[in-house]
Amino acid sequence: MTADPKTVLTGPHFMDGNHAACEGAIAAGANFAAGYPITPSTEIVERFAMRAPLVGATFLQMEDELASSIAILGAAWGGAKAFTVTSGPGFSLMMEHIGYAAMTETPSVFVNVQRGGPSTGLPTLPAQGDMMQARWGSHGDYEIIALSPSSPQECFDLMVDAFNFAEQYRNPVIVLMDESVGHMTEKVVIPAASQIELFPHRYTRRAAADYLPFQPWPDGIPEFARAGDGYRFHVTGLTHNEHGYPAINAPQQQELVGRLVGKIRNHAEAIARAEECRLEDAQIVLVAYGITSRVALRAMQMAREERIPAGLLRPIVVWPFPEKRIRELAARARAFIVVEMNYGQMVREVERAAAGRCKTILMPHAGGAVHRPEAILDIIREAAQ
Amino acid sequence: MSAPTAMNPVEPLLRSERMPHIWCPGCGIGTTVNCFARALERSKLPLDRVALVSGIGCTGRVAGYVHLDSFHTTHGRAIPFATGLKLARPEMTVVVYSGDGDLIAIGGNHFIHAARRNVDLKVICVNNFIYGMTGGQVAPTTPLGATATTAPYGAFERPFNLPFLAESSGAVYVARWTAYHVQHIAHAMAEALQKKGFCFIEILAPCPTLYQRRNRLGDGLETMRYYKQHSVIRNGASTRDLDLGFQSEITVGKFVDIERPTLQQTMEAAYRQALQQRYAGWRA
Ligand code: SF4
Repeated sequence: MTADPKTVLTGPHFMDGNHAACEGAIAAGANFAAGYPITPSTEIVERFAMRAPLVGATFLQMEDELASSIAILGAAWGGAKAFTVTSGPGFSLMMEHIGYAAMTETPSVFVNVQRGGPSTGLPTLPAQGDMMQARWGSHGDYEIIALSPSSPQECFDLMVDAFNFAEQYRNPVIVLMDESVGHMTEKVVIPAASQIELFPHRYTRRAAADYLPFQPWPDGIPEFARAGDGYRFHVTGLTHNEHGYPAINAPQQQELVGRLVGKIRNHAEAIARAEECRLEDAQIVLVAYGITSRVALRAMQMAREERIPAGLLRPIVVWPFPEKRIRELAARARAFIVVEMNYGQMVREVERAAAGRCKTILMPHAGGAVHRPEAILDIIREAAQ
Repeated sequence: MSAPTAMNPVEPLLRSERMPHIWCPGCGIGTTVNCFARALERSKLPLDRVALVSGIGCTGRVAGYVHLDSFHTTHGRAIPFATGLKLARPEMTVVVYSGDGDLIAIGGNHFIHAARRNVDLKVICVNNFIYGMTGGQVAPTTPLGATATTAPYGAFERPFNLPFLAESSGAVYVARWTAYHVQHIAHAMAEALQKKGFCFIEILAPCPTLYQRRNRLGDGLETMRYYKQHSVIRNGASTRDLDLGFQSEITVGKFVDIERPTLQQTMEAAYRQALQQRYAGWRA
């Protein structure tokens, strides 16, 4: 299945990441969004509010982020492709519904244009401080898929991927942008609709009498039915059996949570995506994502000019974390330098995957501005000695 | 030839494989569900096109027992979930069925906004004056002077007058009945199911296990007697005058039944006016 040509603005554009993310969602077939205004993400829903009636979609500005983050789940069970958009404090408020979406296997996309925190922090300035919150923010055990774009073009592309992952794995997917990428204006080329592959809803073909709403296929993922089609199913955030009925006991918890976690973990390799630059001979491996990867790339090039064998690994899918690739690189590199706009979040994953096989150095930043490439270069030089 | 068996008319609506339910003996929630089943039957709505959404709590469990597309959501958020569902599936009748703590305390903000927007939802609130599922804590509906586990010396906050809150927020249909008034409840529910817009029905119901016992008000039956003796039907009464005191007289009836365009209608009208031919409608 490919995108609907009536909704895709095919061609070259000059637009910022927030607008590109909105167009990516529309190209992906999103026909429902709910949001609450919050800087620096608001342009995404502003554009969607303008575009929605032209492309057969619905937008509703809700009374708060709790409402937006569950209105999209209601819409998803009505068969819509739905997303919400937020930043900072709004993301904190959405945590409960990310958990509800994971537990009820509701395909949904949550966009977080990261800003400086904690609390109100830096509403108009960038940070990457929500990486771990995106992974662990809701209570209980679950797995998440999260993507990190580093350019407006990627904001478009990864929104399409996010919706596809959401449908394929029936899971909430988080697009972790940052203020810089959201507000940066660059060339964005929107492909022809026929070039945009979409993963359709996993609608069941079974008759209502044979359909168990939470019975998994061999890949661990159940078939979907939307409300109103005669299946008359039950959905609950309680631990439930294949009928969707509450089953409050340890064996059922093991079976359900084991499957929810497994359906992502067992497909981690299929979901993984990263960009690699000069890693063939790299002794110093920079690990950076989002806007930070662009500064890290500059530092890497400066190091190469000095004949330091530096390379860059840029995770595009940040969750599940590309630990296999880190393990491989750890076996032959001298050091990882993790450059991130927080006080040390993804560095923990790098360190865990490297498992002491090579050194892991953190280059933190509290947010509000990007790292200086020269400062990164200093650390590269030190590590290379 | 086997003997004819009488089928309870509400049976097709219930998930009989899930019985027995979790509600205590004498609890009023089950009574209201029975009324709902009758109202649905009377409404002749195709059951495939009716969804029921609950929040969390004793009443929140209603979703698990009705044989409809049914959603047991998060605490307080049944209304925004239902809003999303209704907008995505406009052809469905969407019912929100939950308790006073869920809809009015943690969910209060969504309640007033959905009424303001006139989302086409049928909101049924079982009001037992207390948090049941968590063991009898004070609620924003607990009458002054009644005790609760977190108000051991008596509730000292003024409770909400729910019909007044609903009407002033924009509801187009507002009624209050007690679990004693089963015919009236079923009738009100049937009316709401046929009506477009944000409809609100408050049903006072006993929680003998917690509210009545703690306040020494007897069992469920005794509460029914109180409802019977102290309820006064005043259809059309001003919702301003519907405050409830501890064991006070209860005004019941239908108070509001007006017409106002729904959210979907105002949304479509605005788009059509601004965009004319360019308005693409809703593409499911
Ligand atoms: S605790 Fe109260 S409200 Fe809950 S089921 Fe028992 S009687 Fe009903």
